[in-house]
Amino acid sequence: MIKSELVQRISEQNPHLYQRDVEHIVNAILDAITEALARGDRVELRGFGAFSVKNRPARVGRNPRTGSRVEVTEKYVPFFKTGKEMRERLNN
Amino acid sequence: MGGKTVTRADLCEAVYRKVGLSRTESAQLVEVVLDEISDCIIRGEPVKLSSFGSFIVRSKSERVGRNPKTGEEVPISPRRVMVFKPSNVLKDKINSALIDGGQGTNPGDD
Repeated sequence: MIKSELVQRISEQNPHLYQRDVEHIVNAILDAITEALARGDRVELRGFGAFSVKNRPARVGRNPRTGSRVEVTEKYVPFFKTGKEMRERLNN
Repeated sequence: MGGKTVTRADLCEAVYRKVGLSRTESAQLVEVVLDEISDCIIRGEPVKLSSFGSFIVRSKSERVGRNPKTGEEVPISPRRVMVFKPSNVLKDKINSALIDGGQGTNPGDD
């Protein structure tokens, strides 16, 4: 399912809403999560999962082909931990 | 790192501010969106949200684990797990805000 299909499915179940509004709602949610992570905040959605940001410090890596040293700069990576309910629902 | 925890209530507030719906309806719609995504994942269908990321279901076969405390071997049953693969857009937004934009400041300080 891609974003447009998600919007379409929700629109079909909620005929009182314009498809354009559903699109705004989905985007508002994803933007709010993105903005929170960009502030370094954690996003916890009980039953679904939690998004957080992990720091990867700068390190000296190696080009596996040539073996030469490469400086890898510090970075932040988004991380998702599946919620308990989702984990259980995937396996029953 | 990261000072605050954002919850459903904050997502409802964001929807309320950006879309002309009541607070009650905004809250319901946040739930509807999360439910629709969850149901899709539970069915094993990947959910791809452009410029955000994808949720994918992986099937793990049985393997032998170990109780780290006792060293005892325990079988780990086959299972399905979901993984989130962040899009490059999301990764770039986070890095530009926390590294390029937030130089010299600790994002957890506010």
